[in-house]
Amino acid sequence: MEQSITCINCPVGCRMTVVLSDTGGFESVSGNTCPRGAAYARQECTLPERMVTAVIPVSGSAIPLSVKTSKPVPKDMIPAVMGELSRVCISVPVSLGQVIIPDILHTGSDIVATRSLK
Amino acid sequence: MTERNVDILIVGAGPAGLAAAIAAHEEHVGSVLVIEREKEPGGILRQCIHNGFGLHRFKEELTGPEYAQKDIDRIHELGIPVECSTTVLSVSRDKSVTCVSSENGLQLIHAKAVILAMGCRERPRGALCTPGTRCAGIFSAGTAQRFVNLEGFMPGRRVVILGSGDIGLIMARRMTLQGAKVLACVEIMPYSSGLNRNIVQCLQDYNIPLYLSHTVTDIRGRERLEGITVSRVDDHRKPVPGTEMDFDCDTLLLSCGLIPENELTKGAGIDISAVTSGAVVDDMLQTSIPGIFACGNVLHVHDLVDHVSDESFRAGRAAADYIRTGFVSPEYISVLDGSGVRGTVPQKIRIPADNPVTLSFRPADVFRGSSVVVECGGKELLRKKALIFTPGEMVHIVLQPGLLHDLPSDSIIVRLERN
Repeated sequence: MEQSITCINCPVGCRMTVVLSDTGGFESVSGNTCPRGAAYARQECTLPERMVTAVIPVSGSAIPLSVKTSKPVPKDMIPAVMGELSRVCISVPVSLGQVIIPDILHTGSDIVATRSLK
Repeated sequence: MTERNVDILIVGAGPAGLAAAIAAHEEHVGSVLVIEREKEPGGILRQCIHNGFGLHRFKEELTGPEYAQKDIDRIHELGIPVECSTTVLSVSRDKSVTCVSSENGLQLIHAKAVILAMGCRERPRGALCTPGTRCAGIFSAGTAQRFVNLEGFMPGRRVVILGSGDIGLIMARRMTLQGAKVLACVEIMPYSSGLNRNIVQCLQDYNIPLYLSHTVTDIRGRERLEGITVSRVDDHRKPVPGTEMDFDCDTLLLSCGLIPENELTKGAGIDISAVTSGAVVDDMLQTSIPGIFACGNVLHVHDLVDHVSDESFRAGRAAADYIRTGFVSPEYISVLDGSGVRGTVPQKIRIPADNPVTLSFRPADVFRGSSVVVECGGKELLRKKALIFTPGEMVHIVLQPGLLHDLPSDSIIVRLERN
């Protein structure tokens, strides 16, 4: 099975072709001009991951709290992560870096505050 | 009206103003004051909650608020005053700044040096000549970003985005994650000016189609937006009849370019470049009025905040240097845009140069396997090759002072050459 993807590492944006086995395992990549492209292609075609950023309402503050995942989570879990975030209830004060939800959905990634709110 | 004196006054507490204030304070023993019209410092970074900032400067990927906080913490550490909720009304030739706030009323502040760091604003609908009715539901992408990320409400449910700049792409993902349906992103040019990363992670991840060489040719709706028509455009960017597609949407976001916000600059009588829409500056980032400096997006629109900070540190140091030494009336050479190059900053360089000079410009087109060439009177000063140059990515090159001695002409030309 072949899959074509665009590299995101730099503005060149190499169009790469990845060959996958019948079970979805990575076999080879072509079209990349550097090793970073090959690494990205392998990751993206086997276990794509994304950082998630969002805001959540905070009782006692007119400004919502911006948050992020402490490390990338599997791409297909983004909707579930957003769902969890829509159910969280917190109040001021919050400080930058504070863990809001530890190990969200057993991804090993924490939801942390990216600003402070008094 | 109250009157007072400061040494260095900085207009704007976004990333440019904060970096300029830090550098000015570190280089100078006198007073530094930052004026900001919003309620808190940080500028546009406050609403840029996505990550990807700071890779060059801090070697890590930060979100906008985290990046801003690093500079705000440093400002507090140094004890530099930042007056928020205060709007600057005018800057005069003699560096007197008039500003107003609810708390302090009207103030006249006499400064020895002024650094302009007001940033930029988005090109509005009126500047796009888009046909159709004047209904509600049409926002700039940055306005929508402010609503969603800082004020906590959604501006619409079914969304089309016109323009594929990075803010538009980021908002396509943001609106989707918050439950809106983004129907399409429409770009008049045959290429996107956004980063590949954003096209993949903001559009492709959510199956949002990108229509290149297309534009909005009709907007319908009486009170609220009800729908738009999108048409393909030809090589001259004219709509092609018979290619119309209708979209049923309640919201149209515009991401069609940024313009430096130079009303104060113009009011002071400072020379403005027709290409960058920012002030004409020398290699110290000094404008046509001695002692008034400009940096960040008010000078020329950057792609990366890291470069804004870098430029603004230089402006802060230059302002401190100006107060300390006063610049002796210098001799200048001019810097001109050659073929394939637009908006080179600075537009003039003092000679003899004693420090490295950073030249920044935008390619006028996509150039693959090409070189930047800097030349003077037919003599080649520098040549630098790269795999690709694109209009979406500003090019920065450094000229060592040694290159700027014994020049055969009083102007240097920067151009792109296809190999």
